Amino acid sequence: MTSMQKLYLLVPLAPLFGAIIAGLFCRVIPRWVAHSVTILGVAVALVASWVIFQDVQAGNSFNGALYTWATSGDLKMEIGFQIDKLTVMMMLVVTSVSLMVHLYTIGYMAEDPGYNRFFSYISLFTFSMLMLVMSNNFVQLFFGWEAVGLVSYLLIGFWFKRPTAVYANLKAFLVNRVGDFGFLLGIGLIAAYAGTLNYAEVFAKREELVTMTVAGTDWPLLTAVCIGLFIGAMGKSAQVPLHVWLPDSMEGPTPISALIHAATMVTAGIFMVTRMSPLFELSETALSFVLVIGATTALFMGFLGIIQNDIKRVVAYSTLSQLGYMTVALGVSAYSAAVFHLMTHAFFKALLFLGAGSVIMGMHHDQDMRNMGGLWKYMPITWFTSLLGSLALIGVPFLSGFYSKDSIIEAVHFSTIPGAGYAYFCVVAGVFITAFYSFRMYFRVFHGPENFGKAHDDHSAHGDDHHDDDHHDEHHGLAPGEKPHESPWVVWVPLALLAIPSVFIGYFTVQPMLFGDWFDGVVTVLPEHDVLAKVGEHFHSAAGMAMHGFTALPFWLALGGVVLAWVMYIAMPSLPGRIAPIFRPINVVLENKYYFDRFNEIVFAGGARLLGRGLWAAGDRTIIDGVLINGSASAVGAFARLARGIQTGYIYRYAFAMVIGVCLLLLWRLGFK
Amino acid sequence: MTDIPLLSLAVWLPIAGGLLVLASGDGRNVAFSKLIALVTAIFGFLVTIPLYTGFDTASAGMQFVELMPWVRDYNINYHLGVDGISMPFVILNSFITVLVVMAGWTVIEYKPSQYFAAFLIMSGLLNGIFSALDGILFYVFFEASLIPLYLVIGVWGGKNRVYAAFKFFLYTLLGSLLMLVALLYLFHKSGSFAILDWHREPLAMTAQSLIFWAFFASFAVKVPMWPVHTWLPDAHVEAPTGGSAVLAAIGLKLGAYGFLRFSLPIVPDAAQHFAPVVIGLSLIAVIYIGLVALAQTDMKKLVAYSSISHMGFVTLGFFIFNPLGIEGALVQMISHGFVSAAMFLCIGVLYDRMHTRNIADYGGVVNTMPKFAALFLLFAMANAGLPATSGFIGEFMVVLGAIQFNFWTGFAAATTLILGAAYTLWMYKRVVFGDVANSHVAELSDINAREMLILGVLAVCTLAMGIWPQPVTEIMHATVNQLLDHVAAGKL
Repeated sequence: MTSMQKLYLLVPLAPLFGAIIAGLFCRVIPRWVAHSVTILGVAVALVASWVIFQDVQAGNSFNGALYTWATSGDLKMEIGFQIDKLTVMMMLVVTSVSLMVHLYTIGYMAEDPGYNRFFSYISLFTFSMLMLVMSNNFVQLFFGWEAVGLVSYLLIGFWFKRPTAVYANLKAFLVNRVGDFGFLLGIGLIAAYAGTLNYAEVFAKREELVTMTVAGTDWPLLTAVCIGLFIGAMGKSAQVPLHVWLPDSMEGPTPISALIHAATMVTAGIFMVTRMSPLFELSETALSFVLVIGATTALFMGFLGIIQNDIKRVVAYSTLSQLGYMTVALGVSAYSAAVFHLMTHAFFKALLFLGAGSVIMGMHHDQDMRNMGGLWKYMPITWFTSLLGSLALIGVPFLSGFYSKDSIIEAVHFSTIPGAGYAYFCVVAGVFITAFYSFRMYFRVFHGPENFGKAHDDHSAHGDDHHDDDHHDEHHGLAPGEKPHESPWVVWVPLALLAIPSVFIGYFTVQPMLFGDWFDGVVTVLPEHDVLAKVGEHFHSAAGMAMHGFTALPFWLALGGVVLAWVMYIAMPSLPGRIAPIFRPINVVLENKYYFDRFNEIVFAGGARLLGRGLWAAGDRTIIDGVLINGSASAVGAFARLARGIQTGYIYRYAFAMVIGVCLLLLWRLGFK
Repeated sequence: MTDIPLLSLAVWLPIAGGLLVLASGDGRNVAFSKLIALVTAIFGFLVTIPLYTGFDTASAGMQFVELMPWVRDYNINYHLGVDGISMPFVILNSFITVLVVMAGWTVIEYKPSQYFAAFLIMSGLLNGIFSALDGILFYVFFEASLIPLYLVIGVWGGKNRVYAAFKFFLYTLLGSLLMLVALLYLFHKSGSFAILDWHREPLAMTAQSLIFWAFFASFAVKVPMWPVHTWLPDAHVEAPTGGSAVLAAIGLKLGAYGFLRFSLPIVPDAAQHFAPVVIGLSLIAVIYIGLVALAQTDMKKLVAYSSISHMGFVTLGFFIFNPLGIEGALVQMISHGFVSAAMFLCIGVLYDRMHTRNIADYGGVVNTMPKFAALFLLFAMANAGLPATSGFIGEFMVVLGAIQFNFWTGFAAATTLILGAAYTLWMYKRVVFGDVANSHVAELSDINAREMLILGVLAVCTLAMGIWPQPVTEIMHATVNQLLDHVAAGKL
């Protein structure tokens, strides 16, 4: 093993080591040991990733197995790494955001009895996510895929006493399992038809695979494979209709909302499709499917962000919508743009979530925006970094979100894939919606009248009606007259550190990542799908792109959204109440989140339980046990009773029976003669 | 190494130890009896380890063979041997016996020496089943192993044990008799009781079909397959914890093993001809039983149904006739040995404290039993087939094999991903999560060192196998490939 390979191994194992120490000994070690060892592990992983990044930049890459997991027949299943430019970029995003979140957690979870356990979980998550992105084969991908799902399950249900939290984590796991169902079928088809589960070997056979159909059907093989894999991505990256788990996942502590449910885990689907670009490119049907799902998510989840009053839920719906943007980019074959947006989003959305967490701390665990307002005076660092994050999110030129989002919009504009027209409308309209809900939140939290410190017993519009009452235990809120306060340094330092890439990283990386050769040889795009090349024809410099951005439609839409939010929540706060009756029917639909939850609850969850009870009562207990088993037992009993009736003990009856028997036998013999 | 009769030791050491425990009795000797039981169980396990370390993975044939005449007139022999299919189960069985003895250590108060003796004798007999290469020897072990289990349920069982025992009896009787008829026919035809001779014996299709269904009747009940499965939930619910663990971990593997040792190689053409029926029944087991598990209110019943559903994967894997399917099914059998035993032991831990198995009587157990909750979660996740646990490998390989066989078969099998997670984790949520549900839960004490040791060892096994299953799968390759070639060649 070369020293570089040892370094590859160090990246996932260092956080795993921290997780094991903090987890196994969580009852015996003091808190400082738990956070030191896990932070050290993640820091080591970050430094190692940076060294690997330098190495990859120098033109090196790696693809090889660590050990053979299992073999069967001709199929070899291995654990191994593929280190290239896509991997190393993901490694840096994962480890850096994870490190920030680890630091932040020291402050955020300071009073929680599950402190050590929490650190163990987030380090375990970092390990799992790194194994996922570093994999060179589908088995390990599936490993990482499910492992991050497990940690997500543990962390959503971290406050296991809250019925809403343990409801949300079960829901998240099961919805993800629906996605994994498709994912597994996709992997199974690859194993069956390509005979290997190694990425490079599968890609090498793609010309052969594209001509095949799934036996017994007339589906083109690669379309079936790609749609199967994408269904997995829909679960993990929360695309409609498998998005329902993500808003509920906000039941978990805020640091993991930032790390898992915004920056990294939910982008696993985006990463995976990018990794699979050689396969997706060969199926226009699959790309079209990806595009339409992504566009729908981008716009319609944005609408839901508008009506939320829980600060975390606004950010959650914003995440859904931004994941939709990334998926749209995948659908138009702009994989680099998707990954680019994944990276910028990871920073500014982690910032926004951690900022929201800081606000929640300042508000003493009150998450309702209606009780906030004017916080900028009391929490200046949180205020300023959140403002930067919001500006980056809505795509103000020169900030990182502008470069990534604008590239996606331009790419969709040039695409000719079926559904591109619809997608273009969705992503452009989405810009306005994004700006509106982002600044609605910003103004209500940081500006306007101070609504905190009043008696507030009304949490009625929490977004989720079915578990409102259970929220109260964690919602202490500020006592009357009490003022919010800025968070301690372990909380605001990560905010400041995340604000830097949120502002600058787009400017410095847009050229190499989108229009340069950074992803050459990693991402495959057919010439006829290469919309980014067309976008690139108009690209001269990052500054020029930003200057041009000021004159383009998305900027004015974003500005319109901000102004509208300002008018409705600062200038004329009575306006929303006055126009509400007009939008009443729409509001009802939005408040019920398009009825997805109710539908799933009744049809899938209720249906399965009903079916199970029915099969048990009718099948197992009535037919099999009742009729067949107990029936045959009682049939034997009945026969025995009958037989008992004959055994009377009277000789003449036996003699009579014998005579009849002899006659019958004679008759039978004679009849055959 | 080869001159030590390892298999005979694996069979007779526990039986001898069991008789010794029985002789030692209860009363003042009870501590001594328990000690003998534990020592015998540990030695019984240790003698099986050389079976793995000395195993030649390149060979598809029988190894560690012992052959002695038994009844010369009928050419019946004391003939033992293991191959890549049976060897893991001898080790698994001896291993589970150690844990079961430990699990009953302080819990069993009524006639403990007889309880431990029953388990030791059962362990020896089960090893006999997996290593017998003579038809009559196999049949003797196969039937004899029922007696200790029957007694364990009947003597240490719950309220409704008589019904459960009778149901069990009614189910197995018919099947066993048909199997005996098939064995006698094969002897009549071949002049030998050697199972390996029967593998080579040419048979016409009609004979093969009849033999296939005779075997099927016996093995399907044991697995158990839908629709002859309803004895299992009742047996599990009535059995004491140790009985449930052995029944699930080893007992259910007997039928599946029978399919591989008898049905596939002896009647390969009939097996292929009737494969669609078996596959259909297996898929019903996966989906129908998965849904039924969702509806259970008794933890043990739920896990029992989950076992049936998991065994559906085993029979499915056997009858799709590819390496992934058969090896996946074998891995599933081993993994299920760990996971189902662990699940029943976990329920036993709760039952010992609360004396109820009703899910509704629990809630918030994590608050008072955090260590238990962590281990229980690991096993629940393994039961739901999470990667990096042993529960994943078998399901994954069988689903892959099924897709290779036919897409829709794979599709139906993959639904377990959702159903398995739904019934397992929903139960876990209701029992473990939430606030303390009642005063009984509030008084629970966390697992003691003995329970920690048992569950911890199983946790290590579950994880180790999930992270690196290759040492387990590689011993099977040669045997499974030979079996598949043999089935493909047929006898017609």
